[in-house]
Amino acid sequence: MNLPIQLQPDETFILNVGPQHPATHGVLRVKMEMNGEYIVNAETVIGYIHRMHEKMGEVKPYSQFLMNLSRMDYLGAMGYSHGHALCVEKAAGIEVPERAEYIRVLMVELNRIASHLVWLGAFVMDLGGFTPLLYCFQDREYILDMMERITGARLTYCYIRFGGVCRDVDDQFIDSARNFIPYMRKQLAKYHKLVTGNIIFKKRMNGIGRISAEMCRRYGASSAVARGAGINFDVRRNEPYSVYPQLDFDIPVYDGCDNMARYMVRMDEIEQSLRIVEQIIARLPDGEVMPRKVPKIIKLPKGDCYQAVETARGSFGVRIVSTGDKIPYRLKLRSPTYSNMHLFDEACRGMLLMDAMAMLGTLDLVIPEIDR
Amino acid sequence: MLLTLKIVTAVVIAIAWAAFNAAYLVWAERRGAGIIQRRPGPNINGPFGLLQPPLDGIKLMAKQIFFPGEVDRVLYAAAPVLVMTPAIMSFVTIPYSDWLQAQNIHVGLLMVFAFASLGTMGIFFAGWSSRNKYSLMAAMRSVSQAVAYEIPMMITALTIVLIAGTTDLNEIVAKQSANFFHWNIFPLKGESHNLLMPFSFLIFFICSLAETNRAPFDLGEAEGELVAGFHIEYGSMGFGLFFMGEYANIVIGASLTTIFFLGGWADPFGVCPGVWWFLIKLYAIICTIIWIRWTFPRTTIYGLLNLSWKILIPASLFNLLLTAGLLKVF
Repeated sequence: MNLPIQLQPDETFILNVGPQHPATHGVLRVKMEMNGEYIVNAETVIGYIHRMHEKMGEVKPYSQFLMNLSRMDYLGAMGYSHGHALCVEKAAGIEVPERAEYIRVLMVELNRIASHLVWLGAFVMDLGGFTPLLYCFQDREYILDMMERITGARLTYCYIRFGGVCRDVDDQFIDSARNFIPYMRKQLAKYHKLVTGNIIFKKRMNGIGRISAEMCRRYGASSAVARGAGINFDVRRNEPYSVYPQLDFDIPVYDGCDNMARYMVRMDEIEQSLRIVEQIIARLPDGEVMPRKVPKIIKLPKGDCYQAVETARGSFGVRIVSTGDKIPYRLKLRSPTYSNMHLFDEACRGMLLMDAMAMLGTLDLVIPEIDR
Repeated sequence: MLLTLKIVTAVVIAIAWAAFNAAYLVWAERRGAGIIQRRPGPNINGPFGLLQPPLDGIKLMAKQIFFPGEVDRVLYAAAPVLVMTPAIMSFVTIPYSDWLQAQNIHVGLLMVFAFASLGTMGIFFAGWSSRNKYSLMAAMRSVSQAVAYEIPMMITALTIVLIAGTTDLNEIVAKQSANFFHWNIFPLKGESHNLLMPFSFLIFFICSLAETNRAPFDLGEAEGELVAGFHIEYGSMGFGLFFMGEYANIVIGASLTTIFFLGGWADPFGVCPGVWWFLIKLYAIICTIIWIRWTFPRTTIYGLLNLSWKILIPASLFNLLLTAGLLKVF
């Protein structure tokens, strides 16, 4: 419905959206040049919550930096520590017990569901529907309670350690995870009825917020943004790591390039994550969760190591350049939303403010994760 | 002297009733939202949280009235009053029963619509005078929305006037008072014989939602993109008046729907006639409005305008013509 209009450059004004604005979900600032309600130009301004995580990684031993990773993205924290742990283990040659690896993936997938639930609630709230937010948070609460029992934290976990995980899961956790799967499937059907089938929702989603595959490639977008544009790329499948090759799951891909495609990808990902959780519960091997011998102070051999993982927000990469010391020479964190967000500047040109805000919602931004 | 006293009493009661409704609908909305969202809602102050509205009022009144720099002080101060006063004035003509009406005016219908349009001016003044880009955009939206939705609303009201043959609200109800099947929403008996009257009801209901800036048409205060919309710069009781004005307008909209289509104070089957029938219908509609708000997401501005200009206006015009023709035939 974005009909082309004649823009008159002398009649524009600057609208400063943020850093405190309900639609930006954090301290993102978007400087918009507006013509009435149409956006002529937009410029995202970031850095309001920059905490120098990369620099902190370069002055601390590896194990001390581990808890910083979960402070990057407070909604899908487990995936980030997983990435870092995998990278260090790869470089140091630490063997991870099979049970530990399965538990890690189990936790990451549960965390992914929790993250997608928050996204769903917050996104529908951007569109003006309040109720799904509280329903989603209730389901998320289930996951958080489960994970809190084992990991000791609700958001910023430090559960994944070099070599394994810090605590084994118990029967109660497995039982509640088993009960959670049918519950979540029922809830998912409910969300499809409440949100996906809603006529106003469909009108605001179908064909609006176009982000093409070419644009995704240019900006390096990943996650549902790329998969909603028909790019079949998921790190779990394309650059397999951990135990994902042994698990059976699909990568949902839609080629609508619009809000609806991105929305459907995330909704289907919840279902796929449930499948992974189901399989892991069924075949969780016995054994240790930490190897016997992990050095207290890890020193990586001289060289360069990169590991990418698929977090809830897209492909997250850790690159460690080591000189053989106990601290890295350079630590680079490739944040997925950083790339996803910069699409917005280009994609929102000529759009109405409301549609642009809906599109911003589908990008699933977590600002502390962009600013690092 | 006696007449003056009567009018003064009537107006005071009307104001008290409007304010009471406005305050307690906020409570009802929050409790209703609580039920829908599986949470308690306000339940701390007093039994069932019933003391919440007066305490909110006290809190708002205790706040400093603050004029941001560069605002147009006259319009900025006048806007909340301009929203609340017309809403209260409309209460004067609403017939709650065949005898309970503050003042029966022969052109009651016209008067209600005249005052309803004034409320938009208050919103526009608020947005314009605040010197804020967000509130300005919200004001523009509100005005275009009000213009678009007043037309089908008036045309539908005109259909009712054709059927009833009067603009006296009490008369309109009296015409429908025989029984359940004489209500205007039912097409077969009664005055109209028009099979499309349920659609007319729907059009009027949608228009009253849009006129009162209610979800899913609450574009004037779309917090997702415009933060708080036209009242972004207001605090204290200025904000409180906007809030109460909105709820008073909802009561007016629901009352008109009841009067035009659901037989007003008329009892369905001749059981216990009285003012409560009006109140039951009124609050049933208000509950529906609350239910809609907590279920639907917001429409877009173009979706909203397209709905009005491309669907509602032609449909209501067609219905008006059909009704006129049918009245001539039967």
